[in-house]
Amino acid sequence: MKRRAQTNASRRTPQARRSKQAKVSLPPLWTRKEIRLRVNGVEYTSTVDVRMTLVDFLRHELGLTGTHVGCEHGVCGACTILLDGQAVRSCLLFAVQADGAEITTVEGLGTPERLHPLQEAFRDHHALQCGFCTPGFLMSTLAFLRENPEPSDEQIREVLAGNLCRCTGYQGIIDAVRDAAQRLRSGYGA
Amino acid sequence: MKPAPFQYTAPETVEESLVLLHTFREEGKPLAGGQSLVPLLNMRLARPSVLIDLNRVRELSYIHDEDATVSIGAMTRQRAVELSSLVREKLPLLAEAVRYIGHPQIRNRGTVGGSLAHADPAAELPVVTLVLGAQLVVRGLEGTRVLRPEEFFVSFLQTALAPEELLVEVRFPVHRTYGTAFLEVARRHGDYALVGVAAMVQMDGERCTEARLGFTGVGPVPVRLPEAEEAATGRPLDDSTLGEIARIVAARLDPHSDIHASATYRKEVAGILAGRALRLAAERFKQREGA
Ligand SMILES: Cc1cc2nc3c(=O)[nH]c(=O)nc-3n(C[C@H](O)[C@H](O)[C@H](O)COP(=O)(O)OP(=O)(O)OC[C@H]3O[C@@H](n4cnc5c(N)ncnc54)[C@H](O)[C@@H]3O)c2cc1C
Ligand code: FES
Ligand code: FES
Repeated sequence: MKRRAQTNASRRTPQARRSKQAKVSLPPLWTRKEIRLRVNGVEYTSTVDVRMTLVDFLRHELGLTGTHVGCEHGVCGACTILLDGQAVRSCLLFAVQADGAEITTVEGLGTPERLHPLQEAFRDHHALQCGFCTPGFLMSTLAFLRENPEPSDEQIREVLAGNLCRCTGYQGIIDAVRDAAQRLRSGYGA
Repeated sequence: MKPAPFQYTAPETVEESLVLLHTFREEGKPLAGGQSLVPLLNMRLARPSVLIDLNRVRELSYIHDEDATVSIGAMTRQRAVELSSLVREKLPLLAEAVRYIGHPQIRNRGTVGGSLAHADPAAELPVVTLVLGAQLVVRGLEGTRVLRPEEFFVSFLQTALAPEELLVEVRFPVHRTYGTAFLEVARRHGDYALVGVAAMVQMDGERCTEARLGFTGVGPVPVRLPEAEEAATGRPLDDSTLGEIARIVAARLDPHSDIHASATYRKEVAGILAGRALRLAAERFKQREGA
């Protein structure tokens, strides 16, 4: 989505307020700012309110509603995405901070016709019921399995503690992650 | 909820950040990993006019080996500390404690400086700086101050930082010659500690020659208990010594009650954890001596 910059931020510089430290030229102050970023391999340029969180940007501006919003304070993990390859909470980042970043959301995993092995493992092990928490679990697990291709159950439980699920009781999710690790190791479908 | 409107700026150097902080003072707020600040913004418990994003200040992100100390820049991610082999080798207590902070998804963003500046009473890093006697380097436009943890942590979520100052670095003394252990009890892995204990010991055979004990989650700031440390010194860390230490800990600590645990429970747990941590630290000391 390419939007033209509307009012090009309020570029009121702090020097205007206080000329004493004029030696250092200061960065501008923004209320709206143009950002460029790649999401699931696609380049986007957009002008955003600086107070818009990254998760709201993904959902409302880009229409990528696979990433869910639960608590908006970092606890539930529903909004987990990959930022430059690392799993992070997209409710605790502002879209402006993602300028120049590479983002992967659940839409970047598989397609309905060809699920990612991780998604297949979740389906096969009944690792979801309502599915609200699932995108977050998938993205947390994706990053985790890249770093730990052969995780112990202990490690799986530890990483999953970062995401909440109100339906499954977690056992199915743990089974799915264990199985997904195996599928990914054997190169199946990847 | 959504944050109240603010203006955003992204300096690239410490100098620029300091001038910005100086310009806006109470109206400005540094944004580090955002793992504590953004929840407060989203819930509108914090409403700064200007958010000064430190994430592009590259010069604040480093882990430097300086022989007797390891200096860590304020914007170093907690995850980078966790994965650093230098930290594991030279700062084992920090390496062990950092893994208790939230979850990997939190530590990927959360910073060392942010955790200390936020000063949550149940956080892990403040008590680690306290038992290690780390130095906190604070910069303002007027100059640099080097503070001890006892000076830096003032009260519940309060530090000695002035609004126009930045915490820029933490200098951790290398502690390879100690046996160390960090233990905590929380409802789930990754939750804030109900009680956390950091222990350091040196041993001569079965006899403990030096002990340090620090606690988190049991008061507004992290605490050391010299009386409990003395009770360990010069004695074997057997059941009778550890029993006495547990009694001192329960008597001296003054934790609060909340929905997670009562004060009485916290005291009890603190005493028992202190014993376990001392014992584990002593075991590790012996292993290293033997190696
Ligand atoms: C789900 C969840 C679980 C968590 N669990 C734990 C836990 O178990 N233990 C724990 O210790 N923490 C926990 N945290 C908090 C986490 O460690 C934060 O990273 C930390 O408290 C703040 O660091 P930050 O870099 O994110 O700082 P921010 O949130 O960006 O900033 C925190 C405060 O410090 C100020 N500040 C930041 N950097 C500086 C600086 N260099 N100089 C001056 N002021 C500065 C900011 O202005 C702000 O007031 C958890 C967070 C979440 C969301
Ligand atoms: S919505 Fe981000 S962690 Fe809950
Ligand atoms: S499947 Fe419903 S919350 Fe996890």
